[in-house]
Amino acid sequence: MSQIFARDRGWSQAYLSDEERAEIEREAECYPRREGLCIEALRIVQQHRGWVSDDSVAAIADYLGVGAAEVEGVATFYNLIFREPVGRRVILLCNSVTCWMLGCETLRARIGYELGIDFGETTADGEFTLLPITCLGDCDHAPAALVGDRHHHDLDPDRLIAILRRHEEE
Amino acid sequence: MERPLTGHFKEDGSALTLAEYRAAGGYEALRKALTGMSADEVLEEVKAANLRGRGGAGFPTGVKWSLVPRGDDAPHPKYLVANADEMEPGAFKDRLLLERNPHLLLEGMILAAYAIGADVAYIFLRGEYVDPARILRRALAEAREAGLVGERILGSGFGLELHLHISGGRYICGEETALINALEGKRATPRAKPPFPQISGAWGRPTVVNNIETLCNVAPIVANGADWYRGLGIGEECGTKLFGVSGRVRRAGAWELPMGTPIRDIFEACAGGMQEGYRLRGFLPGGGSTDFLLPEHLDLPMTYESIGKAGSRMGTGTLIVLDDRTCPVGMVLNLERFFAQESCGWCTPCRDGLPWTRQLLEAIEGGTGRPEDLATLEEHCRFMGPGKTFCALAPGAMEPLQSALKFFREDFERHIEHRVCPYA
Repeated sequence: MSQIFARDRGWSQAYLSDEERAEIEREAECYPRREGLCIEALRIVQQHRGWVSDDSVAAIADYLGVGAAEVEGVATFYNLIFREPVGRRVILLCNSVTCWMLGCETLRARIGYELGIDFGETTADGEFTLLPITCLGDCDHAPAALVGDRHHHDLDPDRLIAILRRHEEE
Repeated sequence: MERPLTGHFKEDGSALTLAEYRAAGGYEALRKALTGMSADEVLEEVKAANLRGRGGAGFPTGVKWSLVPRGDDAPHPKYLVANADEMEPGAFKDRLLLERNPHLLLEGMILAAYAIGADVAYIFLRGEYVDPARILRRALAEAREAGLVGERILGSGFGLELHLHISGGRYICGEETALINALEGKRATPRAKPPFPQISGAWGRPTVVNNIETLCNVAPIVANGADWYRGLGIGEECGTKLFGVSGRVRRAGAWELPMGTPIRDIFEACAGGMQEGYRLRGFLPGGGSTDFLLPEHLDLPMTYESIGKAGSRMGTGTLIVLDDRTCPVGMVLNLERFFAQESCGWCTPCRDGLPWTRQLLEAIEGGTGRPEDLATLEEHCRFMGPGKTFCALAPGAMEPLQSALKFFREDFERHIEHRVCPYA
């Protein structure tokens, strides 16, 4: 099955890069069985490629020696593995209970107004994707959001937009 | 009062380095245990301290450890897992410990591993905790460099490998058997019990999964003894606990207080009561999967038993406050959306019942609910109650709903009668 994926979608993404392999091998030292590296491999590949394509699933399956359906099952189970392309930076906006009470919907509306995207959408320039995320564990500083790998809290619409503009300039 | 969990936190909010932790007496409990105590003695000390699991269930930690096979013919490797998958809506206590005093966790983990004879330990950290990940990586490197992790720790015969696992992200990973599946690289569906993880856990080996706050209590207990620890609580209660408040209060936050502290002290003295212009309608005492309590419950002490008797659970000890300008139906809808999304899909009542619950609440909140929907919701609370599903996710999801239907009934009825949310 994985080879069919690879032929259909071209060769470029169908193999793991040396760098990706090296990173997976470093993780392998922490676990007793190779097939248990599925989540680590998905995370590593996503870090390099931005998201996890069908080819990436096939490549991971081949490399770990497990079925592509197995890898696919794991990839689609976890919230932080993206099976569709995302923008350069993913905005994970907490919409759990305290952030909801303290204004995350206002933040969502303002992002919609400024960037033209709602949950599950990417800006036309490919810069930002907006996704909801479960409680970020920062309820005493709600509302909170992750932008890329940076955590922001005590947000209001103006502050959030200023933060996004700063990320954009980096 | 003594604050073994947070007493050494730095003013500037940064994490204690290894040197700073040691200067504050850190790793002396480990030295004491490895040079003068047997594994059994460490276990007995924790048992005598009556430390109870801080993840929400309150199971006695020493008893949990004592179920692990011991002795020369016990299977190896054995595993210890620190559950840092803090994803309960409204819970933000473990993050605090991870970010401010990572070595307190590491020392507790090494002691716990020694007590149960574990060879390998993992910290299971949720993927969204990017700052804790950076802090833990640095602390782990420091500990390894100093010979506190690895072979022959502090020159003793005991060795432990300690790794950080970053989760792919799913609420169900907090359930200990689902967590073990996730650690093995699989979908995080819960496993049937028995066998309990202590007998057959990660990769079929004996495994103990403990909450972060639980493990952070271990070093202070070993250092100061069970009697000292028992004396920290109020009355019969043992130790301290991180309590928190979020919502429309003056000073949202988390505080380490004696176990058994009255809720009113947490809500009024620590959090400063409600913000100007808001009135307290109710609160979830221990995160999103606990039953609502009312202002009349404020004088209850925060103990597993007293909150249980009032019809709720102490859970994580982090209060979520409902004010009089927030729609209770909307709040419960927000929670049920979360639970419906996070159901792992393994068993039918949860997989199908939670989305159904969510749809009914969406209809009521959106003004298209029917009077008979309330009876259907109550039916769901029974169908997804304790014992009806594979794990505790759905019963937890029903707790805020069943109590909201009881305490805020007129709000549901007004939505249905007037075909609109009165708070909009």
